[in-house]
Parts: sequence; C-alpha cells; structure tokens
Amino acid sequence: MLMAANINFNVDGLIGGFWQLTVDGLSWGAIYALVAVGYTLVFGVLRLINFAHSEIFMLGMFGTYFCLDIILGFTPSGNAYNKGVLLTIVYLAIAMIFAMLVSGSAAVGLEFIAYRPLRRRNARPLTFLITAIGMSFVLQEFVHFILPQLIKGYGGSNAQQPIILVQPKAQFTIFGATVSNVTLVIVASALVLALLTDIAINRTKFGRGIRAVAQDSTTATLMGVSRERIIMTTFLIGGLLAGAAALLYTLKVPQGIIYSGGFLLGIKAFSAAVLGGIGNLRGALLGGLILGVMENYGQAVFGTQWRDVVAFVLLVLVLLIRPTGILGESLGKARA
Amino acid sequence: MSHQAGSETSKNTAAQRLLAPGDGLRQWWDGLGRPAKWLFGILGFGVLALLPLYTPGFIDTPGISFGGTMAAFVMIAIIAIGLNVVVGQAGLLDLGYVGFYAVGAYTVALLTSPDSPWNKLGAAGFFSKDWAWLSCVPIAMAVTALAGLILGTPTLRLRGDYLAIVTLGFGEIIRLLADNLSDVTNGSRGLNQIAYPRVGESDRLANGVFSSGNSTGHANYGTWWFWLGLLLMIGILLLVGNLERSRVGRAWVAIREDEDAAEVMGVDTFKFKLWAFVIGAGIGGLSGALYAGQVQYVAPTNFNIINSMLFLVAVVLGGQGNKLGVIFGAFIVVYLPNRLLGVHLFGVNLGDLKYLFFGLALVVLMIFRPQGLFPVRQQLLAYASSAKKLLSKADDSKAAA
Repeated sequence: MLMAANINFNVDGLIGGFWQLTVDGLSWGAIYALVAVGYTLVFGVLRLINFAHSEIFMLGMFGTYFCLDIILGFTPSGNAYNKGVLLTIVYLAIAMIFAMLVSGSAAVGLEFIAYRPLRRRNARPLTFLITAIGMSFVLQEFVHFILPQLIKGYGGSNAQQPIILVQPKAQFTIFGATVSNVTLVIVASALVLALLTDIAINRTKFGRGIRAVAQDSTTATLMGVSRERIIMTTFLIGGLLAGAAALLYTLKVPQGIIYSGGFLLGIKAFSAAVLGGIGNLRGALLGGLILGVMENYGQAVFGTQWRDVVAFVLLVLVLLIRPTGILGESLGKARA
Repeated sequence: MSHQAGSETSKNTAAQRLLAPGDGLRQWWDGLGRPAKWLFGILGFGVLALLPLYTPGFIDTPGISFGGTMAAFVMIAIIAIGLNVVVGQAGLLDLGYVGFYAVGAYTVALLTSPDSPWNKLGAAGFFSKDWAWLSCVPIAMAVTALAGLILGTPTLRLRGDYLAIVTLGFGEIIRLLADNLSDVTNGSRGLNQIAYPRVGESDRLANGVFSSGNSTGHANYGTWWFWLGLLLMIGILLLVGNLERSRVGRAWVAIREDEDAAEVMGVDTFKFKLWAFVIGAGIGGLSGALYAGQVQYVAPTNFNIINSMLFLVAVVLGGQGNKLGVIFGAFIVVYLPNRLLGVHLFGVNLGDLKYLFFGLALVVLMIFRPQGLFPVRQQLLAYASSAKKLLSKADDSKAAA
C-alpha cells in the first residue's frame, strides 16, 4: 500500500524509550492538565465550551514575555541566562504571578464582555459557542495586528525572540530516564497548583458555592449563593491556571510565543478535559497527564509528524466509547 | 412592570432595526407569488452574472481581479449553502467543514495532477483531457459524501458541543493527513497542474477561457469560473430548496428545534441527521472541486481550520437556515477583505484585519441578533400554499356572511 510508507509502526522504539517517553509525556501532561482545569470548571458551571480559553493561555504567554523582557529586564538572546538556582526561581515566580494576573483578568474580562450579556438574554447554547469562537478570533487577531502597534516588537506574524531563563540540563535519572530541570520545575509547580485548586474547590466555602452552582444553579441561588459571582470566580481560577501553564510552556518551548500558539494546545487541553470527564476537576488533571503521555507514546510508535493526530484520534475515540470520560461528568457529583 | 417591559422591547427593536437591513426586503419577497419569485430570481442572478463585465466603480476591488473575487465568492456561497444544511437546517454545529472542502479539492487534484501517483489524466489515462475536470466533479462529490457518511456515522450520536469539537478534530485530522501522507499528496508542497475545463480554445487562449492564461480584461478566467460556479450554485439552491420543503426538510427543522420531541414524534433523528451531514458534505465537495479547478493547485495550508470558522461566519452572519441569507453572508465574508485590501488605517492594512472584524461581528450579532441579518422565518412548511388558500376562503365566506 502506498500510504504505509509515511506511517511508522515502531513498537521497539516505544518499549526501548518507555520511561523517557513517560517522563517527557508527564511534563506535557502537566501543562495540559492546568489548561484543562479552565475548560472543565467553566463547563461544569455554565455548560459552555469556552473556546476562547486557548487565547487566554496565549495572552498568558505574552504576559510572561512582557514581564521577563520589560519588568525584569532580560533582553532576548539565543543563549540561556545563568543566574543561579535561587535567583532563577524568584524570577520565574514573579513572571508566573504576572502571567497569572494577565490571564486571570483576561478571562474575567472575557466573561464580562462576551458571555454575561448572553446570559441576561437567555441565549441558546449554540449562541454561546459561536460567541466563544468569535472572541477567540478577536483575541488572536488583536495580538496578531493591533498589539504590534501598541507595544513595539510584540505580537505580529512572527514568534517572539526567545528569552531562555532555564537551560535544560539533566538532573538525575529514574528507571534509566533522565529528568531535566525544566521537567522538574514544570511537574512540581503543576502539582502544587493542582493541589491548591483541588483544596479551593473541595474544601473552601467558595468551592462549595461553585460545586453547588454546577449541580443545580437555581437551588444554589435560592440558598443564597450569588451565581454571577461564582461564575466570575470560576473564570478567574481557570484564567490563573492558564497563566501559570503559559509560563511553564514557555520554559519548555521558549520559541513558541506567537499569536496562534494557543489554539492547538487549547484543543488538546479540551480533549484532556473530556478524556477525564468534563466538568470534573480531578478528571481534568488526570486526563491532562494521560493525554500528554499517550501523545508521546503515539509519537514514538507512528512518527513525530503524527503527534497531533494521535491526540485528536484519542479524543474522538473517548467520545465514542465513553462520552462521560474516565471519571465521569459533573463537578457537583464528583465529590459526593 | 409592564412599563419596564415596554421600554425593554423598544430598546431591543432599536438595536434590531439597526442590524436588520433585510426585513423589509424579505417581507416584499414573501409577498410575491411563485412565478414572480422566479422572474425576480432570474433577473437578480442575471444582474449578478453581469457584474464582472460592467463593474460599477464603487464596488470594484482595486488591486485584485473583480472576477476572481466573485469566483471566490461563489465558491464560499456554495459552501455556505452546504454548511447551512448542516448548521442552519438540522442544527448540527460542524466546525470541521473545511475538511470536506479539502476532500473535494484533493479528490480532483489526486485524479488529475501529474504530481499525484493516482493521476488518471494523460496519454494512458482514463480521463480525456477536455472533460477530465467535469467528470471529476461528481466523483469528488461522491467521495466527499462518503467521507461525510464515514465521519457522521460514529459522531452523530453525540450532541451539541461535543459534536462541534469532534468535527473540529476531524477537520484538523484531514489537513494533517494531507500534510503527512507525502507519498500520495506530495505533502506541504501540494499538487500542481490540476485539470480544468478546456472550453473556448482559440489562437489567443491556447488553453481555453478557464485557464489562468486568460487573465486580462473583464471576462478573465475568474469571471468564467464565477459564471460556472453561479450555474452550479443555482442548481444546488433548487435541490436544497426542494429538500427543505420535503419530509426531510421538516424532519431537520424538528430535530433542530427539539431533538427529543422529534424522536418522540417518530422522526428517525439519527437517519435524518446523517442525511444532513452527507448532503452538506457533498455540497462542500463540489465547492472544493471548483476551487481545485480554478486555482489548479492544492496544498494543506489552504485548508486550515480557520477557514471552517470563516464558513461558519458566513452562515451565522447571513442567517442560519436561510439559504439566500447565507449567500449574502458569503458575499460579505469574501468581498469585504478584498475590497479593503489596500486601505490603510493607523499603519494597519484593513484587509489583514478580516478575522478581527468577523470575530467582533460574531460577538455583536450573537448579543443583539443571534438569528443573523436575514433570519429564516418559520412558516407552514408542508401545506403553506393550500393552508393560505383555505384561510383566505374562510375570510371570504366570513365577509360574504
């Protein structure tokens, strides 16, 4: 068959590099997981696929870059900076907080401008989705064409000159797989953030409000929960995590800061959310990790160019076989 | 309370009037009888067909061929009609429609491009040189409809938002396949020298009026493709119009309005959704075949997912469910960026900003007029004319009594 030449079927590569692939996949998965939380929370509360969430992530990447470039004064160069471990962590923390603020406020602004007027008009679900697509356009094209007019050297058709703060360097080996400092930072920060979010949703009063609205918004309103405020908080949490994910992503792919850089990652993160069971917080985290790892395995077996196809096929298969995802839907019911 | 409601409606109507240029036009159109509709329809399309020959200055597109723009318009219009069957009639949000466009274009390309291993053109080939493109068109439509069937069978059990994302994934998979299967599709280099109709060959135009060599004057190859596309579009319009008025069309509307209720009433929802998907896909394939013929070159980058969004904008802007409305939507989507191509404002080329404007238009429309500029009007679909007669008879008898 003619087609076969373009697809490998290299199982030996998978078995040989299994642990390395797993470790790398986990670092991708951690990023997917953080973005997926934004999708899953909003879906849980509003039954809306927030299509523009990928652009919130993209704005986070630009926020990171802005912070490193202008606030912290790193000039882009091909070489990595070497500031020592402690100082680098401080810089990264500052950049992460800034990126989180950018993405968080963008998410809340998005909710306020685009979705709130629709809710007031009792629009149909499809209307929400089309609005989300529209906002996704608007944000992308804003960075593509308007941002370069506002801040010189930002946005436009090309990716930003990378600022490399952390040079990837092997730290230790586990099962024969080398773990680099970048992977370590990504997985550790994602773990901390996931834990914090889980506590916020499952143990705090606000979290109870979110779960209540997700379960039954009318009754929750009757019980004295402010639905509007809950929705805003939900968007805020999703935005904050997307900002953090954006910083982690730029550590892994410093040359990936471009206006269209959020799109594919957003779809994959959404797939991760569906994989784990959309509307379910822990499902999103689990789904992200699984997607990241599976994608890496698929890439090893079929060849690098099939990486994205693996992710989409996985999404389609999950939706066909178990549309409610691995852990089941519903934010409200997840912690019964 | 009542006062508040009154002010609310007046505010709404003010915004709606602003966004509804077509309401008066539609009322006039609905008031016409069937022969009058045909007459005005033929007149309208006739004027449209003559536009590239006698282009008024204010609608001309400086810097780019007006005929070419109109050819692109008619392709997107056919796509919008096809997507309208899926989104507007049956209410299935398909975000990967560009995939069908790509399948249609690649079918023609693979069968007739010398770069393709499956090329059937040439000395030993199956197709004759003159009729290759035309004979590929039904094949492209059939292959695309089959692709719709293959895609639809598993996915149409999903609903609403899930369906949207799965179709998005499929659209992207098709593009990635075109990109990665480089043995067959020539990868990102694309396929060249696709067949086109060899009509009107003369000394001046050795390859006929549809070849890109015919690039000067008003009746250039863009205009010829526009005329061909317009003919096909009218055919598709008649076909879709008949479907709309049939049992199938009524089933689609029922599914769109309330799938559960339709199911309870005995509509085989899955079957009719699949029909919508397959018919929509076939129409998308037709447009793809037109595209491949005109440009004579296909490459994966032409089928990015953002095109899917653009098609959706055309449908939503024009008015989901209204097949004439979506043609207008397609016109806006194609014409405005070309018209504004050379216009600069604050150092930004307005033609570049098309996606920004379309995004904004979507957001604003969804808030103030979610049904689009020319919304479809619900009418008595099945027995409209006989019911009208019955009612007027009743009125007459009442007047007589």
